[in-house]
Amino acid sequence: MLDRSLFARRDRPLGAAPTSNDRARVSPAPAGVRLSLRVRGAEGLSRLGLGLAINRMSAEGERFSARLGPNEWLLGAGEADLEALEAEIEAALGDRFHSVVDVSHRNVGLEISGPDAAAALNAGCPLDLGDAAFPAGSATRTLLGKAEIVLLRPTAEPLYRVECWRSFAPYVHAFLVEAARTA
Amino acid sequence: MLLIDCPFCGTRPETEFRCGGEAHIARPADPSALDDGAWAEHLFVRSNPRGLHAERWVHAHGCGRWFNAVRDTFTDRFVETYKAGEQPSHPIDDARA
Ligand SMILES: [Zn+2]
Repeated sequence: MLDRSLFARRDRPLGAAPTSNDRARVSPAPAGVRLSLRVRGAEGLSRLGLGLAINRMSAEGERFSARLGPNEWLLGAGEADLEALEAEIEAALGDRFHSVVDVSHRNVGLEISGPDAAAALNAGCPLDLGDAAFPAGSATRTLLGKAEIVLLRPTAEPLYRVECWRSFAPYVHAFLVEAARTA
Repeated sequence: MLLIDCPFCGTRPETEFRCGGEAHIARPADPSALDDGAWAEHLFVRSNPRGLHAERWVHAHGCGRWFNAVRDTFTDRFVETYKAGEQPSHPIDDARA
C-alpha cells in the first residue's frame, strides 16, 4: 500500500469557500470604464499617458493609462468618468488618426495583494515579477495559465491588478484563489 | 524556458509568441503573370535550412506586433531579432549544410 503522504490532496472543483491567506489576497475589482486606444504616431504627445514607454503605466485615483505596445494603450477610469475621459482624448489627439473602443464590458478586473502576491501570480504567469524586472509602473499583456491577461503594477506596493476578458474571469479568479491559497 | 527578445518589449518567455514561418518572402508583384508552378512555388515552397533561418514571429500575448528573428534550426537558439522591414545583421545564407 502507498504511504499515506504520497496521496495527492483532493480539492473540490469549486472549493469550500473563496478563501485566501494574509500573504496573498484576491479580490474582484469594482466595475469601471476601460477604453482601448490605438494611435499611430503619438510622438510628441504627453497627456493621457501617451508619452509613456512601452509596457509602462501611470495612475492617479481611479484613472490609469497603460501602454501595451507601440501604438496601443489601455485607459481606465471610474464609472462616471467616461464622457470626461472621451472628451480629454479628443482634445489631446485633435485630428490625429486614432481609434477609441469602449471595452468596459469585455474586461474584468481582479486585484491580488500581499507579500506573496507575485509568487501567486507566478503560479501561472511566466514573467519575472521581481522588483528589478517588473518595478512600480510596469504594465503588460501576458499569460496566466491558459488565459491572456493584462498585468498592472501601479505602485511599489505588492499589489497587482489583473485585467482579463469576461469569459476568462471564472477561470482566472479560480486560478488566482487557488494559487494564493498555496503560495 | 526559452526567452525571445521582442524588439518592442525586450526579453520575454516563448509562450507569449507565435511563429509565422519564413521571413522576407516577397509576394510576386503581378500574380496573374505567373504560371501555376511559379505561384505554387511562392505559396508553398520554403528554404527549410539546417542552421540560420529568418522567421516571422508575433508577440501575440504581449505587444501584439510582428517582427523578424534569425533562429538556428539546429540548436533552436535565437541569434537576433529585428523589426519588420529591417534586414538581419547575420547573413542567413551561410547556413550549415
Ligand atoms: Zn512585444
